[in-house]
Amino acid sequence: MDFDYLIIGNSSGGIGGAEAIRKYDKKGTLAIISDEPVHTYSRALIPYYLKGNITYDKLYYRPSNFYNKNNIQTFLGKKIIKLDVKSRAIILEDGESLNFKELLIASGGVPFVPPIKGLNQNNYFTFTSVDDANKIKDKIESGHIQKAVVLGGGLIGLLAAEALSSFNIEVSVVELAERVLIKVLDNISSKICEEILEENGIRVITGHTISEVINNPDDPDKIDKIILDNNEKLDCDLLIIAIGVRPRLDFLKDTEININRGIVVDNHMQTNIPGIYACGDCAEIYDFILDIKKLTPLWPTAYIGGMIAGFNMAGHNKEFTMGMNMNSMKFFGIPVMSGGLIEKPDDGNYEVLTRYEPENMIYKKIILKDNIVKGIISVNSIDRTGIIIGLMRNNIDVSSFKAHLMSDDFDLIYFPREIRNEIFTGRLL
Amino acid sequence: MKRIQINEDVCIGCRLCEVWCIVAHSKSKDIIKAFKQEKPRPIAMIRVQEDIPISFGAQCRHCPEPICVFSCISGALYIDENGIVLHNSKKCVGCWTCILVCPYGAIMRNEDEKTALKCDFCMEQGTPSCVEHCPNEGLTLVEVSENGF
Repeated sequence: MDFDYLIIGNSSGGIGGAEAIRKYDKKGTLAIISDEPVHTYSRALIPYYLKGNITYDKLYYRPSNFYNKNNIQTFLGKKIIKLDVKSRAIILEDGESLNFKELLIASGGVPFVPPIKGLNQNNYFTFTSVDDANKIKDKIESGHIQKAVVLGGGLIGLLAAEALSSFNIEVSVVELAERVLIKVLDNISSKICEEILEENGIRVITGHTISEVINNPDDPDKIDKIILDNNEKLDCDLLIIAIGVRPRLDFLKDTEININRGIVVDNHMQTNIPGIYACGDCAEIYDFILDIKKLTPLWPTAYIGGMIAGFNMAGHNKEFTMGMNMNSMKFFGIPVMSGGLIEKPDDGNYEVLTRYEPENMIYKKIILKDNIVKGIISVNSIDRTGIIIGLMRNNIDVSSFKAHLMSDDFDLIYFPREIRNEIFTGRLL
Repeated sequence: MKRIQINEDVCIGCRLCEVWCIVAHSKSKDIIKAFKQEKPRPIAMIRVQEDIPISFGAQCRHCPEPICVFSCISGALYIDENGIVLHNSKKCVGCWTCILVCPYGAIMRNEDEKTALKCDFCMEQGTPSCVEHCPNEGLTLVEVSENGF
């Protein structure tokens, strides 16, 4: 079958691409391929789903008539075997070949599972798909889950831990680094998060990892105990491994597509092969704060990257130069945000503003370089954080209103008038 | 298409825009009942900012390329056929990603519902209530191009 546009991936990046293509080209043939046999859903919502905050139907990212309305053909539940760059075709597992003029690779990531003694295919769970969430739900509903261990103190691991604890399961989080959320928070804010978790009954074990899992002698698919690298033994009825995702690139093996840690793309989200684009967790995105290209596995980044790719695929020149590390999190109701730098680099003319009120669990930190905001962390005082992120995106000199930046009532009123005018007329990003 | 223009030179900080936003989003649509009887009282989706002598009311700009919609993890935020940025609170999980990305600080938190709140341009009644009730043209409805102001 021949298509004008093919999109690999049915999550935020793929949908971003499809919606952008359809903004400019309503007629070109367009198909989305995914190995997941389900309507587009938000994997960012699976912690809410596991916890029972939302029902299955609320996982859907777009209304049920989405594909129909946008004239999109779907190949769902179809695994891709390979990409043939020369003949511009995708080969599916069932042998079918789909030809394309323009291709968007938004294949996402696969959970990374380290080799651990005693681990087999069936005695642990990962937590990145609705299928994972359903399997964990089934396991919990089958009963007798009293103790759970989550390997990985990153965002996914901690959200999994919080969801499990809502079932009155005793949860331990094991994190190899000296603190949780090491990639997205600084020392103080990550300690506050650890405190929140501990106060809610979750044990946080940092600086250690799992060296072995001991299976039930009668049932190798059932874990009895976890042994840590310090020989401590943890009782365990359920193990979740959530130490991160790696780009899903298996079907790109032996192609000429440039791959570093992820697929290398330019600011148009195009790979080194004209007409082949990539976005989301499988691609390396330009980070304007760090001025490097890097894996940036975030929901908004995937959508916007896909959208930029889609515009270009449909012939509308557009660049994505606003990628950055940025997260909005919530632990037991306490909101936490970070964006850009989390620690002041040793070199250069950096300035750090901090405000810490342990009694209110409020923490705020802003990192500046030559009066330009380069990073923010805010715990429990998150309203209007987007204004600060906007200052970062627009490279705005804050010297005239720096005194107000840290206060809870910081707002547009403190901006110089000419900048505010630009903002109110939508000329800034 | 029409958008709300903010005219800070003439704003007198009376906060009637906030008051009428609350009324417009109340059940009764009656100012007395909305303020005295409805619990919880609706939350104003416009915010008057003040640093005397300057003041202005500001709400969602309904951006032509809304980063909140692009970033929303649940699909709760969307652009309607008129280009207005709307929020479906039934889909919202209160992850606050929209608050993280909105450069106007235009998205509020409904702490009771744990969902986001934003200006809906008073789509049901035509002219936005804040504009309609501003006594001093501190907020006016203006015609803008597809790309915004």
